[in-house]
Amino acid sequence: MSQLSLEVEVNGQSVQRKVEPRLLLSDFLRHDLGLTGTHVGCEHGVCGACTVLLDGEAVRSCLILAIQTQGHRIETVESLAPDENQLHPLQEAFQEAHGLQCGFCTAGILMTLRPFLEENPNPTETEIRQALSGNLCRCTGYQHIVDAVLLAAAKNKND
Amino acid sequence: MKPGAFAYLAPNSLANALELLEQHGSDAKILAGGQSLVPMMSFRLSQPALLIDLNGIDELCYYQRGDDRGLRIGALSRQRSLEKEPLVAEQAPLLREAVHSIAHPQIRNRGTIGGSIAHADPAAELPALAVALRARFRLVSTRGSRWVAAQDFFRGLLTTDLEPEEMLVEIALPRHPMRCGSAFLEIARRHGDYAQVGAAAVVILDSDGICEEARLVFLSVGDVPMEATRAAAMLRGERLTEEFIAACAEHAGDNEIDPTTDIHATADYKRHLAKVLARRAFTVASERARAQLRKES
Repeated sequence: MSQLSLEVEVNGQSVQRKVEPRLLLSDFLRHDLGLTGTHVGCEHGVCGACTVLLDGEAVRSCLILAIQTQGHRIETVESLAPDENQLHPLQEAFQEAHGLQCGFCTAGILMTLRPFLEENPNPTETEIRQALSGNLCRCTGYQHIVDAVLLAAAKNKND
Repeated sequence: MKPGAFAYLAPNSLANALELLEQHGSDAKILAGGQSLVPMMSFRLSQPALLIDLNGIDELCYYQRGDDRGLRIGALSRQRSLEKEPLVAEQAPLLREAVHSIAHPQIRNRGTIGGSIAHADPAAELPALAVALRARFRLVSTRGSRWVAAQDFFRGLLTTDLEPEEMLVEIALPRHPMRCGSAFLEIARRHGDYAQVGAAAVVILDSDGICEEARLVFLSVGDVPMEATRAAAMLRGERLTEEFIAACAEHAGDNEIDPTTDIHATADYKRHLAKVLARRAFTVASERARAQLRKES
C-alpha cells in the first residue's frame, strides 16, 4: 500500500511519519503516536469523543485524514496539563465539580471547551449546553459537566 | 469502520484540481470539509479510487461583494465563518440566523458551504437556505463555467446538476432586497442533530406593506429542499394577517411536502411540524419585513 510522508506539529513537537492516505487522524494519534488520551467512540462524527484541536479549532479527528494535517498544528488532551503534577484549570474544575463518571467522553469535551472558553470566557448555561451538543456523555446527564464549566469560568474571572 | 484504500492528491490551485477531475471523472471524489464524505468512506458507502483534497486551495475561500452588491461566497469557506463574516449579517441575515442549526461547532469548523450544497443531503440546512435566498451556483470544469439557480440544482437524494468533471466554486446571493424579512426554524431531538423538519421563510413587502413576494422552503420532508411555491403564492398581493399565514402553512403542509416515517417521527407528525414551523417562520419573517418598512418611513 502506498505511503505518503507526513510532517505535522503535535502538542508542540514536530513529528514525521509515513502514512497511508486512508489513515484517520484519530488512529494516527492513538496507534502511530501512542496518544491514547484521544478516545474513539462512534468513528463517524456523531459522539465527539475524538475531538482535538486543529490549528486551535475543535474538530473531530475521526473525520479528518491524518495526511490532511500536513504542515498543520494538532493539540490533544495530553497537551492540557502543564506537567505531571498539575492539571489545567478546566481539568481541575471537572475534578472539583465531579464533571465525569466513566471518563470516556471527557477528553473530547475538554478539547471542545478549551477554545470555547477562550472565545467566550463568561458563557451562560444555555451557551454551554449548545457548545457541548456535539459531545455525547452517557453517564452524567450533563448537569455536573455544565457545573464544571461554570466553575472553570468563574475561577478564571477571579484569577 | 475504516475507509478503503484510495490514492490522494492535494492540488494547490483550482486549475490543477480541475485538470485532475477531467482526467479521473467519476473515479475521483472531491474532498472539501469531509464531514459527510469521510464517514461515508468509513462505512464503505463511498469508495473512490482517488481523493482530490481542495483544502490547500486558498483561492476558493472568500466573501466578496458582487457586482449587484449581493454576496459572493467561495465554496471552500467554512460553515463557521458564516457566524463571523459581517457581509453575511448584512446581505443574508437568514444564513446568519440558521448557521447555529447546522450540526455542531466541531463540524462547522471544518465543514464547508460548497461541500454541504454539493452533497445535497435533503436534511441539510444550506441547500434549503440557498433555494430560499435564490442563490446561484457557479460550476466550473476545464471546459468552462456555467451558472445554475439553486432551484434547478438539486435533482434528487444526494444528486445534483453537477457533472463528474465539474466543481461548485462559488455561491452568489442576490442583494438583500428592501423591506425583506426572513426567518429559519427547525425541530431536532437534540440541538445540532439532523432536523425532523426545518422551514425557511422570506417575505418582501411593497411600500404600502402589501406582500410582493413570499417564499417557503422546507428541509427533511422530501428528497430535495421542498419549496412550497403554491402556498407562498397565496400570500402575494395580500396583507399578511394571521389568517392568511395560517392558511398558507396549512396548504404547504398538506400539499407541497413529501415526508416519510422514520424511527424518530411518523410522516403525519412531520406534516404537523411543517405546518407549525411554516406558520411561525412566516409570522416572524413578516414582522421583520414590517420593521424594515417602518424604518424606511
